[in-house]
Amino acid sequence: MGDSRAGVIARPARPQAGRGEKFPVDRHARRLYGDHDQLSRRRDRAMPPDPAPPPDPDPRPMVRFDTVTRRFADVTAVDRLSLDIREGEFFALLGPSGCGKSTLLRMLAGFERPDAGRILLAGEDIVPVPPYRRPVNMMFQSYALFPHLTVAGNIAFGLKQERLPKAEIETRVAEMLRLARLEGLGGRKPHQLSGGQRQRVALARALAKHPKVLLLDEPLAALDKKLREETQFELMELQDRLGTTFVIVTHDQEEAMTVADRIAVMNQGHVVQVGTPSEIYEQPRSRWVAGFIGDVNLIEGELVSAGPDGAVVQDRAGRRFLAEAASFPAAPGGTVALAVRPEKFRVSTTPPADATVNGLSGRVVDIGYLGDLSIYKVRLDDGTLVKASVTNIRRHAAREIDWEDAVWLSFAPEAAVVLGE
Amino acid sequence: MGRRLSAFNLVSLALGLAFLYLPILILVIYSFNDSRLVTVWGGFSTRWYVQLAEDHALQEAALTSLGIAVASATLATVLGTLAALALTRLGRFRGRLPFSAMIYAPLVMPEVITGLSLLLLFVAVELDRGFLTVTIAHTTLTMCFVAVVVQSRLGSFDSSLEEAAQDLGCPPLKTFLTVTLPVIAPAIVAGFLLAFSLSLDDVVLASFTTGPGATTLPIRIYSDVRLGVKPEINAVCTIFIAVIAVVVILASLVTRLGERHGAAG
Repeated sequence: MGDSRAGVIARPARPQAGRGEKFPVDRHARRLYGDHDQLSRRRDRAMPPDPAPPPDPDPRPMVRFDTVTRRFADVTAVDRLSLDIREGEFFALLGPSGCGKSTLLRMLAGFERPDAGRILLAGEDIVPVPPYRRPVNMMFQSYALFPHLTVAGNIAFGLKQERLPKAEIETRVAEMLRLARLEGLGGRKPHQLSGGQRQRVALARALAKHPKVLLLDEPLAALDKKLREETQFELMELQDRLGTTFVIVTHDQEEAMTVADRIAVMNQGHVVQVGTPSEIYEQPRSRWVAGFIGDVNLIEGELVSAGPDGAVVQDRAGRRFLAEAASFPAAPGGTVALAVRPEKFRVSTTPPADATVNGLSGRVVDIGYLGDLSIYKVRLDDGTLVKASVTNIRRHAAREIDWEDAVWLSFAPEAAVVLGE
Repeated sequence: MGRRLSAFNLVSLALGLAFLYLPILILVIYSFNDSRLVTVWGGFSTRWYVQLAEDHALQEAALTSLGIAVASATLATVLGTLAALALTRLGRFRGRLPFSAMIYAPLVMPEVITGLSLLLLFVAVELDRGFLTVTIAHTTLTMCFVAVVVQSRLGSFDSSLEEAAQDLGCPPLKTFLTVTLPVIAPAIVAGFLLAFSLSLDDVVLASFTTGPGATTLPIRIYSDVRLGVKPEINAVCTIFIAVIAVVVILASLVTRLGERHGAAG
């Protein structure tokens, strides 16, 4: 009964990012522990991730944006932006359309010139260097394959510009065809390939010159969902094997979370937060980031006290919550919001027995069944609407909680983040 | 592709082709007519072709026409392509609108006016009328056709192709030659062929701007026909049709070969 009713509900955005987060954490830890020997990096993959990796001991940036500004007519696409990208990392520029992420990438490639600021590549200012002399290569969103050349001709194009000997070009092209799993397709024209194959040709062409940094501009946007997910893992695998610095531009937060070691979240020409996927997801620094990455419930209130034991936040209805926090965005008495991800709630029909956990009571107004998850929309006693997601562990289980049921939502102090205005 | 021709489609195709090619077919058939009379079939003969071999005036006119067509089409292709590039690549430069309007004006301008104004110009600068003046006149007419054809191709050209080439280490000029030109080559060839055929059959502009010693074939035919249609004219026209057919077929073969070569290179 409940299921059929649930089917009417518009499917909300999945808070899926949380599932993808495990892998990048693992990779991050591995990168910090492992030396640059590939075999040992590989073995480290199986090791459990370190919960709190120490800061990078050698932050020698591969790319440094130094107070870079770029204006178009009266729009400032990139505004005094500074950002470091480390050698060998898979870095994602993530943000809504128009946030300046593509402009940033195009400035790195040399297609746009900053109005102010410097861009350093391996310590050298590359702003005066034209695109055809920069040791970076780009994979275009449209792939931009040369239609009059074959697959092999496309891959060889960049190598020919370097006037490499013919034999070496052939070897490199063959190597790239193998790397991109395009063996036997070297003689085809781009229009004779499938979308996925074209994407791999574009990737092989961009990697053929062994660039210092590979730029990927929405590289998977044209692929369907299933192929996109597979390709994400292929990209990670490839980046791992080559050790090349990858910079990807994407508006798809799931994609950024999956592939990247670190993410810069951008909005309106600024970087609003830089961090590993789990840092961005679990410790968003602002309401905007919390809302942009995944789903979040914000409980508005006032900071009552802040100390080593955590923060106490009191909401408008007078309820008090305890949140673990290392730093506080406001002085006691200031307005704050408590951010809780939907999957951090425990949904139950009885009040939480443990007094140390935070609890909210309300009534279920909507249930969305997504297969792997169920989303409960709960109207709290004060009228606020809160979303909680529950993993469907068992099959055929009779739903314990149904529409209009009174429920308790509880969350641990470490599950909540205190955000300023 | 997999669809089969239905009876309806076949009939429409036949009707359309007949409308276009029946007059030409009749002309070709009558060029092999033994009779002196143009409208009465007197048996198969190639005598008019033999006679043509002795008509030096007509041969000369044919060569003049071909020369003017090749020269003006070449000139028009270069100028038209440059104009199209300026219109699509320079963005919103000052005077873009008047410039594009002026490029297209000869398309709609009556040829009589173009011809007359060119005649006045050539007289004013005391340029002897002949091969050169007709070539110039034809170039002014045909370059706008080339510009239109090439511009439409450039409009759909993905500019990230040029960015990709530069990104891979190719400087701008070389990018234009190795990426842009090959991609828009079919449009340029099409523009050239259009200019070539427009020049070949033009009577109005040529009659205004030609002078002694530069009689083009259409003018020659036109003046001959005024004295009555002669069977030799049918023969000339048949040869002309054959020449044009060969040129068009060659051009399409060259385009295709060029694509394949580009693939190998």
